Amino acid sequence: MKKDWNRRKSAAVLFSACAFVLCAVTAAGLLLSDYAMETDFTQKNLSPSLSHLFGTDWMGRDMLARTLTGLSLSIRIGLLTALVSCVLALLLGTAAATLGRRVDACISWCVDLFLGIPHILLVMLLSLAFGKGLAGVVAGVSLSHWPALARVVRAEVFQLRQAPYLLAAEKLGVSRFAVARRHLLPHLLAQFLTGLILQFPHAILHEASITFLGFGLSPEQPAVGIILSESMRYLTTGKWWLALFPGLSLVLVVLLFARMGERLRQMGNPASVHQ
Amino acid sequence: MTLEAKQVSFGYAGQGQERVLRQVSLTIRPGERVGLSAPSGRGKTTLCKLLAGYERPDSGQIHLGGKPLASFRGFCPVQMIWQHPETALDPLLRLGETLREAGPVEQRLLDALHISPAWLSRYPGELSGGELQRFCIARVLRPGLRFLLCDEITAMLDLITQAQIWRFLMEEADRRRLGLLIVSHNRQLLKALCTRVEQLEK
Repeated sequence: MKKDWNRRKSAAVLFSACAFVLCAVTAAGLLLSDYAMETDFTQKNLSPSLSHLFGTDWMGRDMLARTLTGLSLSIRIGLLTALVSCVLALLLGTAAATLGRRVDACISWCVDLFLGIPHILLVMLLSLAFGKGLAGVVAGVSLSHWPALARVVRAEVFQLRQAPYLLAAEKLGVSRFAVARRHLLPHLLAQFLTGLILQFPHAILHEASITFLGFGLSPEQPAVGIILSESMRYLTTGKWWLALFPGLSLVLVVLLFARMGERLRQMGNPASVHQ
Repeated sequence: MTLEAKQVSFGYAGQGQERVLRQVSLTIRPGERVGLSAPSGRGKTTLCKLLAGYERPDSGQIHLGGKPLASFRGFCPVQMIWQHPETALDPLLRLGETLREAGPVEQRLLDALHISPAWLSRYPGELSGGELQRFCIARVLRPGLRFLLCDEITAMLDLITQAQIWRFLMEEADRRRLGLLIVSHNRQLLKALCTRVEQLEK
């Protein structure tokens, strides 16, 4: 039965493994959130050891717990904002390409406007408008990241609308909704997933940077952005573990997410059946 | 019910005043098999697209049974089979799904076109052009079909497959009194199949 084990199946297994690790990190962070806030001044500034794998910081907080909690928060914020902005991009891009010239002009103008404003400024303004904190960060990041993808989706839909198979389906009397669901969506899925994956690290980094600038999460929340920006101050005094491990874990999470998206796209591609 | 193109002119956007078709008229009656032959670039495919309603003429009308073609809703009684079947089938959809897209297809048609049941679960990228073309033919032969426009549909097939497909289409057209427009560079083929052959003038 060795032949049954094809790349499609190993892609499915890898996908599930990545998803499992990400879920585990999210869950662990949620469970450890109280422990991450515990301070113990007898244990401060310890380098990594068996009892504190990632070391402790200047207030004696366990860095492993803080990193996990931060990652968990980042994964949740990243996923939520990436999803919201990608769905927004999908809807607006499709609308621009299918609902006539006026709608197209309107949406394209908005895209140009959003892309014209410096990104970080836009995120800050939106975050301020939504009252900072978690809601501000989520709104700011998700409402500012859709234009680039919307433009790609719009171009893709324009191209797909001219495809003979789509035109032929319309002539066969298939309803517009069915045509969109059967012929547009599967082709847009690749763009959507790529957008989602690329959006995810972007969202985390933007969350971190506006938090750093004081327009985002409050400093007591152990977000990865806050951990990293705080650790900068201690880096010069030789506390390398404060930045290294949280930074590495962030990179790992982003890579896992990218790998996951890659596998998902592979499974959706018919040509991969025989690989 | 006749299919008529009346004084049709058409030019693609971006070509300025240049017209692919100028004042072309063509009438196809039920049961008729009209051949269309012209050198490359004369607008044979464009005429097919206009007659099937894929494009609208800049001037002139396309009428089906005295009514404008654009007024027909749902399954269009005029269907075109594209020259390149690989572009006319969604690459991400299994062929069975594409086939059933507009409703169930008679098993008789699948048998007559030698469509093997195993192909239904395949994707278009896995079959050859000739195999794909059979699917394109099968999916348009629905009860509502009156006119079939064949745009060089067998140009890339071997002779045996060509003969198979044309024999089947002739029988089907005779039985259902379909009007056929057959576009081809092959004069022998047109002579053998058509009741009359038209030229596209420059």
